Amino acid sequence: MFDFYFHLHLIVRLVLQSLAVILVLFPIAAACSMAERKISAWIQGRPGPNRTIAPIGGLLTPLGLVGRIPFLGPFLQQMGIFQLAADGGKFTFKEDPVPGHVNKFYFVLAPIISMIPALTTVVVVPVGAYFAVVDGVKVLKPIVLANVDIGLLAVFAVSSLGVYSVILAGWASNSKYAFLGGVRASAQLISYELSMTLSVLPVFLWINKPGGQGTLSLFDAVQFQSGVFHGFSLASLHGLWGVCYMPVSAFIFLVALFAETNRAPFDMPESESELVAGFHTEYGAFKWSLFFLAEYCHMIIGSAVCILLFFGGWNLLPWVPLATLIDWLSHFISFAGHPLFMGLVGIAIFLGKVFFFIFFFMWVRWTLPRFRYDQVMDLGWKKLLPLSIANLLFYTLGIALLQK
Amino acid sequence: MATEFAFPDSASKTDAASQEFQTEKMSLAMGPSHPSTHGVLRLQLELDGEIVTSCDPVLGYLHRGDEKIAENMTYNQFVPYTDRLDYLAPLASNVAYAIAVEKLAKLEVPARCQAIRVIVSELARISAHLLGLGAYGIDVGAWSVFLYAFEEREKLYKLFEELTGARFTTSYTRIGGVARDVPEGWTGRVEGFCEQFLPILEEILALLTRNKIFQDRTVGVGIISKEDAIAYGLTGPNLRGSGVGLDLRKDKPYSGYEQYEFDVPVGAKGDCYDRYLCRGEEMRQSVRIIRQAIKKFPAGAWYAEDAKKIFAPQKAKVLTSMEELINNFMIVTEGPQMAAGEVYFEGENPKGALGFYIVSKGGGVPWRMKIRSPSFCNLSILPKVCQGNLVSDVVSILGSLDFVMGECDR
Repeated sequence: MFDFYFHLHLIVRLVLQSLAVILVLFPIAAACSMAERKISAWIQGRPGPNRTIAPIGGLLTPLGLVGRIPFLGPFLQQMGIFQLAADGGKFTFKEDPVPGHVNKFYFVLAPIISMIPALTTVVVVPVGAYFAVVDGVKVLKPIVLANVDIGLLAVFAVSSLGVYSVILAGWASNSKYAFLGGVRASAQLISYELSMTLSVLPVFLWINKPGGQGTLSLFDAVQFQSGVFHGFSLASLHGLWGVCYMPVSAFIFLVALFAETNRAPFDMPESESELVAGFHTEYGAFKWSLFFLAEYCHMIIGSAVCILLFFGGWNLLPWVPLATLIDWLSHFISFAGHPLFMGLVGIAIFLGKVFFFIFFFMWVRWTLPRFRYDQVMDLGWKKLLPLSIANLLFYTLGIALLQK
Repeated sequence: MATEFAFPDSASKTDAASQEFQTEKMSLAMGPSHPSTHGVLRLQLELDGEIVTSCDPVLGYLHRGDEKIAENMTYNQFVPYTDRLDYLAPLASNVAYAIAVEKLAKLEVPARCQAIRVIVSELARISAHLLGLGAYGIDVGAWSVFLYAFEEREKLYKLFEELTGARFTTSYTRIGGVARDVPEGWTGRVEGFCEQFLPILEEILALLTRNKIFQDRTVGVGIISKEDAIAYGLTGPNLRGSGVGLDLRKDKPYSGYEQYEFDVPVGAKGDCYDRYLCRGEEMRQSVRIIRQAIKKFPAGAWYAEDAKKIFAPQKAKVLTSMEELINNFMIVTEGPQMAAGEVYFEGENPKGALGFYIVSKGGGVPWRMKIRSPSFCNLSILPKVCQGNLVSDVVSILGSLDFVMGECDR
């Protein structure tokens, strides 16, 4: 019944796909802001936003009607869903002044630039997989906008552009706090990118055949963890997740991810108690919310990449790849073998993992104090970077020896 | 063709380089409206990159002229103004002020009143230190500590409300006593609070004390040497954090503090971490004092008998007896008459030694009153400590000095 889709023009299809991604990513990022408030409230022993409800006039709107449904309405109210909507409305309709002392062009440009890498990187991130029959052979295909061989490289290349928006915002604001925030951000983001990149290389040392055609595809990284080998195969690794045989890599990647997404304890660019709000001190209303959304988008995509590389992607458990799970499910459910069902299950598992990581991000933020700026740089250059180099050397030599 | 590229000789090259890389110091106004200056303190920082080369505190944004106001009102009328000094521990300020005036009036308050004052002072100390701790948590980026501490403060506020009728501005003491006796069962509830508070305090402290990031931020930061601490007139936990064990409750006991057993914690290095540890330990000691005070809580009068001429007479008597009516009239219009003289009293408040220097030339109002506020003296060391530190350290130091601008600016 979805066949009409495949008859559409390629460009139309791509536009639709991109729209789908934005329509999924934006609400998740927005929901993250509410999750942040609810989780922080939970950690701190308070209820969090739980009173907002659409006003009487809002009865005409779908949200106002939903709020009046017995049981469901009050439950959503408790969960802060209407607060989320109110926040969104506020950010959209609030006056959005541009202070007189800023460089207007770059001031407006910065939040726009912040969204570009956040929305672009998602193009190469696979979120699930399904069996397609190609030339009579069942082939596992990823659910992804662009399954490119340079997958991870593309993610790194584009997401590192995000730092420009921070620097630009800090500089264009023409405010000292914003400026300090911008300077800190540029140094921090560049420093941690090094260890981050080095920490993921071992993953592709496993996957790629020496001398053969190499790949940086994220889909292949998951395939490797599902027990499908293109590269080097070691029987004892069958179905194990990357984190089991590359714990140090996973750790470095996660730490660097915290730094790259400006999350506490590495939230130097913002560091609320020192720099007021850091690079977005002068921003308000919709422009500020763009920075905010971009941060959450980065978090979501960062978690997604981390899951793809080290935590088994859309596989439910170690040793239980998605295909095995679907096989098992097909004993009970007749349509389990349908590609659509398989894709949805894969996406659900994947999103579940992403949500866990987002929860982890928030958990850390509301528990730990913040590093000092020089300590962040210290950690990045003097500890994480040597560690990731040693880690890379270890796996390079180890894999070379094993392959002999 | 190559000659077209004329390299400047080395001397002018370095000149050009030094001109090109000449750095400018940046001046940064931190405050008066800034998330971590704890009120309306303004720090005029001069920065070399992120390093503070000079720090100039600008005070007075919360100046209300409390000392001048005191000259225009009777002694009891000034009690509510003491609430607004250290508004995080108004009860302790109330007590210190009352004792100072009693010293002028040569009044002896009964044991029960003293015990009540000790209990409320120590509860106020816990409340103030909890906030100091929580706010310090925020300053170094640990938000949850603040809310855990506030939950406990909320319980304290409930106790204060029951005792004084107000949660925040308590105005509890009067010259020669307290406004009213403790309600029935109140001491039991205080005991109950202490009971549940200690484990929670450990839990709150556990979030920070052994936390590596917190230690990185505080150990060795903002070191105040013993000599400096004394020279700059630091008092309270800031002085004790530097290793000087001066505690007025022990060294110049007042209000019956000599009867209670407690330890005075002192720091070893005088850094932010030591000051933090001192505050944590002081709360435990406060609980110890409160428990002892409640254990031997004396019965009897809760105001000095001699204070009759200071307290307004009972309303019923005012309405029926001529003498009482005149007495009431005199107290209201002229204030209780005090002898001429000068007194100075300082009490160990949560922030340090809060002193009242009262000059009376007789009559119902002080001729001059000087308030020695601990926060003001504690802040005086700020330019010295902040120098050479990073901007982040300034925040960390500010939090560890734990000042209140209401008291500092008066």
